[in-house]
Amino acid sequence: VLKVLLSLSNTARNIDFINGISLCIYGGARLVGSTRSFADFSPQASFDIKKCELHRLDQGPPTQALLTREQGLKYYRTMQTMRRMELKADQLYKQKIIRGFCHLYDGQEACAVGIEAGINPSDHLITAYRAHGYTYTRGVSVKEILAELTGRRGGVAKGKGGSMHMYAKHFYGGNGIVGAQVPLGAGLALACQYKGNNEVCVTLYGDGAANQGQIFESFNMAALWKLPCIFICENNKYGMGTSVERASASTDYFKRGDFIPGLKVDGMDVLTVREATKFAADYCRSGKGPILMELETYRYHGHSMSDPGVSYRTREEIQEVRSKSDPISMLKDRMISNNMASLEEIKEIDVEIRKEIEEAAQFATSDPEPPLEELCNHIFYNEPPMEVRGTNPWSKLKSIS
Amino acid sequence: MSSLFSSLKMMTKGAMRCVLITNHLKFFETIGNFQLLQVTVRDALNQAMDEELERDERVFLLGEEVAQYDGAYKVSRGLWKKYGDKRIIDTPISEMGFAGIAVGAAMAGLRPICEFMTFNFSMQAIDQVINSAAKTCYMSAGLQAVPIVFRGPNGASAGVAAQHSQCFAAWYGHCPGLKVVSPWNSEDARGLLKSAIRDDNPVVVLENELMYGVAFEVSEQGLSKDFTIPIGKAKVERPGNHVTLVSHSRMVGHCLDAAAVLAKEGIECEVINLRTIRPLDVETIEASVVKTNHLITVEGGWPQFGVGAEICARIMEGPAFNYLDAPVIRVTGVDIPMPYAKILEDNSTPQIKDIIFSVKKTLNM
Repeated sequence: VLKVLLSLSNTARNIDFINGISLCIYGGARLVGSTRSFADFSPQASFDIKKCELHRLDQGPPTQALLTREQGLKYYRTMQTMRRMELKADQLYKQKIIRGFCHLYDGQEACAVGIEAGINPSDHLITAYRAHGYTYTRGVSVKEILAELTGRRGGVAKGKGGSMHMYAKHFYGGNGIVGAQVPLGAGLALACQYKGNNEVCVTLYGDGAANQGQIFESFNMAALWKLPCIFICENNKYGMGTSVERASASTDYFKRGDFIPGLKVDGMDVLTVREATKFAADYCRSGKGPILMELETYRYHGHSMSDPGVSYRTREEIQEVRSKSDPISMLKDRMISNNMASLEEIKEIDVEIRKEIEEAAQFATSDPEPPLEELCNHIFYNEPPMEVRGTNPWSKLKSIS
Repeated sequence: MSSLFSSLKMMTKGAMRCVLITNHLKFFETIGNFQLLQVTVRDALNQAMDEELERDERVFLLGEEVAQYDGAYKVSRGLWKKYGDKRIIDTPISEMGFAGIAVGAAMAGLRPICEFMTFNFSMQAIDQVINSAAKTCYMSAGLQAVPIVFRGPNGASAGVAAQHSQCFAAWYGHCPGLKVVSPWNSEDARGLLKSAIRDDNPVVVLENELMYGVAFEVSEQGLSKDFTIPIGKAKVERPGNHVTLVSHSRMVGHCLDAAAVLAKEGIECEVINLRTIRPLDVETIEASVVKTNHLITVEGGWPQFGVGAEICARIMEGPAFNYLDAPVIRVTGVDIPMPYAKILEDNSTPQIKDIIFSVKKTLNM
């Protein structure tokens, strides 16, 4: 408070003096064991965010974002939870407790969290196989996600789906076939338009998928029928082992919608992503049709757990992104340097998250696998029980829906 | 005066008699209509869609030329005029795109009918049918339903050559998570399409272009707005004792024609119309085989890994095997891409004489 008052009076020497005193006071307070009260933090701050490159748009999202302390803590907590969850999945995969495909999202957290902050829970979202982050932001618990990865009955899809096939209300996966989710997303947007409910659909795909023909078919129909679809290309620079330069004749992914307006967004900054998403959602909701966002982002892991991720890029490159552009560090630094949170508070959150992840992993490793009786269930929806042929003619299995 | 009266009386009596006679005629006519109401397969499909569009506002139709052109084969004639752009949607030529859009709309709770101009073009979109539609309920452990219908003409037409003549019954019939129906006559078409639209799961409806213009008698019950045929039940079209003929779609008609010819020689064929390819009603076939001891499958598609091959395998695995007096015989399309020249095309799919020949062979005649 003293600092603020003196800064208002603009005496630099006094600020240094007061800084010194406050350090002593706070240091003393630390010794005494008390923490700062909420009244000591700034309730909000305004941040300059990177301007978005525009395609067929006269105006872009604002270049300033307002962040409240509450929002900041929420975004931090969500991103850190996602980060720790993915690292735990890495660990479990190496222990062979998770099998098959496992595509990790660490490094890209700002995309999922920023998008979710820019839309409503009643909006719709669909993505491809690097889906654990979105499964979390769309409402599934870490416990249910990890248990699905380990193939247990407590998983969100009862162990039937695995890493690439997790679903929730208004979250349509988790899709394994590259690019197939894009027409699906346009269809979800068509349903929003059909029902007239003012909802939008966020349809995600990667730089690798961006060359799929069905995506251009979707662009055409979405633009033709003015579907409320936000197409988002998460450009993490590599489609599996192929860099964008080796895959695409044009790497301006935000322009590849051609007649669809586009924006290029810094995907490592959760605030930039949030503002861009809000802008895009408003655009769609106003009935102008689809819009395209390219999020420039980066994945720390390889394409999947079978890919060490260093044969097509250097360790230096990965390290550089980690040290200079990590989304979680960036948010943390912003909040601390603007007096919106304290280091202890952040550390406490980290401890809580670590505990949550540990408990979830504990559940995911101890929960039993689905019972064999469930093998043939859920082939159909709302269907009377039926018989399913097993591996031999005498094996007649039961299926209920 | 009395003569006036009597003549008046006669006139009125006559008039009354006329009225009575006319009423009688009307009555007979009604009875006549009752029995003889002819509906083409095309009109049956059209009526089915019209009724379901009216019944449930979540139902809509999309595909190439379905709206303003009235349908490439006129199956959706009049629907766009009645329901408008929102519910009858013309798509660009983008099968993979619009099939995916239809599946996405179904995931969000609408009930789309996705028309493929022919099922040959569905190959462009088959990933959306199988991976996005058929498998999703299972992968999500029942969380995500996909109430969609894929329909369109399947199989051989006339003179359209190899790329436009393939039968996809075996391809779609192979996949769990899909239901596959193949109507033959107008009643089948109405009942199965309505069931498909009301089903909460992905259903593939394999129509036949050559059958669109064929008229069949439809009962009053068959014309009611709530008439549905259960998916997964075959129908015995003609009872018989000597041999069982199992078929689907257009070939059912060929089987009935063959049966009529064979009846003159004292051979009574039992003709079963599968109606549904998946799930296959093997019980009806087994019950028939127990009675006749001879089985012949007839299909328009290729022999290898086909519908007939599946029926053979199932019969062998079940109780009816012990009742067979001869191996099951498959009458199928010739194992070649469909040629163009009429004489070649005619000899590429089963003809009535092929069925008759096979019956006599299996009966050792």
